Amino acid sequence: MTQLFLEQALNGLQFGLMLFLLAAGLTLVFGIMDCINLAHGSLYMVGAYFVAAAAQAADSFWIGLGAGVAGAAVLGLLLELTLFRQLYRRDHLSQVLATFALILIANETVRLIWGPAPLMLNPPEALSGPVEIAGFFYPAYRLVIIAFGLAVAGLLYLLVAKSRVGMWVRAGASNREMTEALGINVRGLFTAVFVFGAALCALAGGLLGPLLAVQVGMGESVLILAFVVIIIGGIGSIRGALVGALIVGTVDTLGRALLPTLLRALLPADAAATLGPALASILIYLLMAAILFFKPQGLFPARA
Amino acid sequence: MAFYRPARWQKPFAFTVLCALLALPGLMEIFDQSYYIGFATRVLIFALAASSLNLVLGFGGMVSLGHAAFFGIGAYVAAICQQGGIVEGLLAFPLAMGVAGLFALLVGALSLRTRGVYFIMITLAFAQMVYYLFISARAWGGDDGLPLSERMQFAGLSLTDDKVLFYVALGLLTAIMLLLGRLADARFGRTIQAIRENETRMEALGYPVFRYRLVCFALGGAIAGLAGALLANLTGLASPALLQWTQSGTLLVMVIIGGVGYLYGGVVGALVLLLLEEFLLGFFAHWHIVLGLLLIGIVLFAPKGVAALFDKHRSQP
Repeated sequence: MTQLFLEQALNGLQFGLMLFLLAAGLTLVFGIMDCINLAHGSLYMVGAYFVAAAAQAADSFWIGLGAGVAGAAVLGLLLELTLFRQLYRRDHLSQVLATFALILIANETVRLIWGPAPLMLNPPEALSGPVEIAGFFYPAYRLVIIAFGLAVAGLLYLLVAKSRVGMWVRAGASNREMTEALGINVRGLFTAVFVFGAALCALAGGLLGPLLAVQVGMGESVLILAFVVIIIGGIGSIRGALVGALIVGTVDTLGRALLPTLLRALLPADAAATLGPALASILIYLLMAAILFFKPQGLFPARA
Repeated sequence: MAFYRPARWQKPFAFTVLCALLALPGLMEIFDQSYYIGFATRVLIFALAASSLNLVLGFGGMVSLGHAAFFGIGAYVAAICQQGGIVEGLLAFPLAMGVAGLFALLVGALSLRTRGVYFIMITLAFAQMVYYLFISARAWGGDDGLPLSERMQFAGLSLTDDKVLFYVALGLLTAIMLLLGRLADARFGRTIQAIRENETRMEALGYPVFRYRLVCFALGGAIAGLAGALLANLTGLASPALLQWTQSGTLLVMVIIGGVGYLYGGVVGALVLLLLEEFLLGFFAHWHIVLGLLLIGIVLFAPKGVAALFDKHRSQP
């Protein structure tokens, strides 16, 4: 039981860190420019496809990861310059519509190019086996993901909390007009943030690729989780995104693994069998509703 | 935006269209194109669903990205009723509206505490909750959805006949549109439009803003439930795909294409989108690319929708 718990807790940590990579870009886009980007999930999907295609072509996971992330960054740059610049000043409805359109385009284009079947992405050979930690075996690749996630999260923290650019970003998120008035090029800053967010998306997509299937529609489900994360954390706050991502990742993973067992102990078997999975899958949404009920601005509101 | 005021030709035009639609099934049968009766029914049903969202979005000013939940719940209630032996639409349809409306009341009561982006996201999250709930509920078919073994009746008439279903959908859509038209002009409609324009001011004037919004949201949900119940009858299946958030997106797209805040915006949008789908799909299997580009074009160049193109009264914002 403790072993199962530990293993699932590690899985939750790994999932949460990957969610953080997605949510970090999203929360800044939301926070600074007040722009809803439903296509963030599509960047994740396209990034994963780039990584998988590049990895197949180069026959190396790491080269593929690098090339895919770079490709997604370029795509993000193009999108920002052509479309998103036009959207910042528009109302939320226009942003929802335009980025929803982007999802449709991205899904169909990917289907057109790579076909409807999922793409295979193999983890690096050296990491395919399990390693032993504290008496149980855990896949080495997942540990690498956790390390990657922690490294990126730490880097991001230093960047946002300690560097000058990070200070501008935080200032932009809490009051854009004032930041502009102080002579910061918020426009250029935002392009940089958007491109960085796109790269993080592709990184998450590429790292998760070997664990999940690289397929059309993979972006949508994860997008909604990323939204839940940034809403729990408070829009525009990197710290909130990290805390929210870890909460969502852990609660979701542990809920799915432990809730059915837990319910079986409390309820009759057939009731537990139907209620368990249902409850586990809506757990994070219940959590979000509860948090919003008490703190409508999220846990760490950026605009205090 | 200003208060909704119908163009002078709108009423006669709508009446003419209604008369033409009454003759449609007969004409289709003469030309041996009975397939298009089903298609026309689909358009009517989506027009109803999109109009219900238009009430919430266009008149109430609430950008809800979870409207598919109410639509899908309506479909599931219809399917559950049919399996449980309640086959009379006069009973099952109001039940579908009631359940969807009550759920909308609950969702609205929680989400209307938030504003802006938070509202969009929390409605989306509630819809996802419903989606996952139905997907994991094996008693209701899980992933496969809940089929109706046969269509229901409406006032004793069997809906198995495509023509009857068409006329029932047309009748219900007409009734709802008349209701919404009256509502937009009534005290309630004026108030929610004023809240959309300036919430703080209405609050200061002493209007119970939250309650007005909540009623509007719940009414929209109830009408969406009716549309869902009709759609379940048309397709013979209450599918979890109806609850998916992309469905909410599609309804949103319909309203925006048609024209946000115009009485017939949802109807026009549903017609345009489904016609586009029908024709483009014949030429190009990946028609979503074309649709996506078209939508981006609309956002950038015609942000007020098709209905606005015909509106000379409306001043530029």
